[in-house]
Amino acid sequence: MTDRLTVHDPRGYPPKVTGKRLAPRLESLDGKVVYLVDCLFDNSAAFMDQMQDWFSHNLPAVETRIIRPRESWVDDPDMRTAISKSGDAAILGVGL
Amino acid sequence: MCRSTALANGTPTQRQAFVPQPVVGRTPAQLRGYIEGLDPISNRPVMQEIIEGLANPLNDNDLKDMSFERSTPRLLPPSGEADLEQLFMDNRWTDFQPIVLPIEARVAAMLAGTSHGPDETVGQLRPTFFREAWESTVEKVAVNAVMAGARPEYFPVILALAASGITARQSSTNSFGMISVVNGPIRHEIGMNCGIGAMGPYNHANAAIGRAYGLLSQNLQGGSVPGDTYMGSLGNWYAQGATFAENEEASPWTPLHVQKGFKPEDSTVSIFVGGWYTQAGYGPRETWREKLRRTFRACEPYQPPVFVMDPLSARGFVAEGFDSKEKLIEWCAENAEMPAREYWDDLWVQTLLRPHAVAGVEPYASRLKAAPDELVKLWQPEQINIVVTGGETQPAWKMFGGAWRNSTFSVDSWR
Repeated sequence: MTDRLTVHDPRGYPPKVTGKRLAPRLESLDGKVVYLVDCLFDNSAAFMDQMQDWFSHNLPAVETRIIRPRESWVDDPDMRTAISKSGDAAILGVGL
Repeated sequence: MCRSTALANGTPTQRQAFVPQPVVGRTPAQLRGYIEGLDPISNRPVMQEIIEGLANPLNDNDLKDMSFERSTPRLLPPSGEADLEQLFMDNRWTDFQPIVLPIEARVAAMLAGTSHGPDETVGQLRPTFFREAWESTVEKVAVNAVMAGARPEYFPVILALAASGITARQSSTNSFGMISVVNGPIRHEIGMNCGIGAMGPYNHANAAIGRAYGLLSQNLQGGSVPGDTYMGSLGNWYAQGATFAENEEASPWTPLHVQKGFKPEDSTVSIFVGGWYTQAGYGPRETWREKLRRTFRACEPYQPPVFVMDPLSARGFVAEGFDSKEKLIEWCAENAEMPAREYWDDLWVQTLLRPHAVAGVEPYASRLKAAPDELVKLWQPEQINIVVTGGETQPAWKMFGGAWRNSTFSVDSWR
């Protein structure tokens, strides 16, 4: 068939992307408090325990604290407040 | 997936590091190996990437304004039929089966299947709740309905599915499938099959509505592309299209939609989220209680079952004294159990339910207190559903994983 057809685009409408600036980086991690966020996936606690142990052996000047949200898959504002109030940085771990 | 999510969230330069999968089931020593090893994506040391991510200065790209508008056109540039079919395939706008090209006349004909205007917003869909939600209009839904081969009279059912906010192309690693059940007069008005082969490819309306639900989900939510917007490890046959109708006339029990608060004369579609497992059986025969107990224990405990049975089976359960769905559901809830150690060893029970148990939420807290060999109940009665369908050629039943999440929707409001 050589006829040219006009067809509809089947895709929906994406939302506007609103940029967010990344937090300023630290000059050094020495003496800083780094939160390790265990997002409560199966075995993620063991993973974060190992990461904390890695810091204690390799970067002992960094204080790490493991923290957990109230439940998995759900935002926990109290946890975020605690991190921003008493922490300098955070590492979020997700995965299966 | 992580990068496209960060982009949509307005932080495309967000620092990320990856370790191999899985984390589940790995020993502490193996996890330590991940941490001390290489990022499989960048091939650089994982911890070096993390430390640099926290302490290296931001660069010019980080400081750019990452806000931008996007849209999709109403029409595509004119082209030949074969080229358009290839374009749809290449862009992953299809399910890799031939589609009906959505030319303007076909879409206009589909729009005649509803009183709603083409520009009316239908709702939002997204691959999973942490991703961005895309919006759709009646016309965009019509486009996908045409592609699936649907007829205009099916369109109110398809619109109800699109407006549900529940995607049939969930991106979870669990490989979801959505099973939808139609109730009420619309079943016969559009010629759906709830007799012989109700759950198979033996009826145009059943097949086309199920397919349309899948196509509209992937296209109206911004895609369902493996590795990006789809992460289901195994995939799911139910995602090919799993729509059927309840055989209300042959059932001895109350129809599903009436159980959910609608009137018998209402037309509805109910969505069950899951499709992780399928069990099967016959009867009830002499040992039906043992059979069902074994079946429950073989189910994935996180996901409650939808018990679908032929009218012959349903009448058999009536003969056993279950003169309502509710009575049989109560029996199922009472007899669906497994040892606590098996229950809590389940990946998703551990991930999603254990935090509730630790927080003291019942019934999970009591289940967590149970001794390892103590039997714990798997589901509450309100989590179990029963649907009657089929053509009475055999007293057969199936049981598949499917959560009902207040997910029975009016079809009539989309006529």
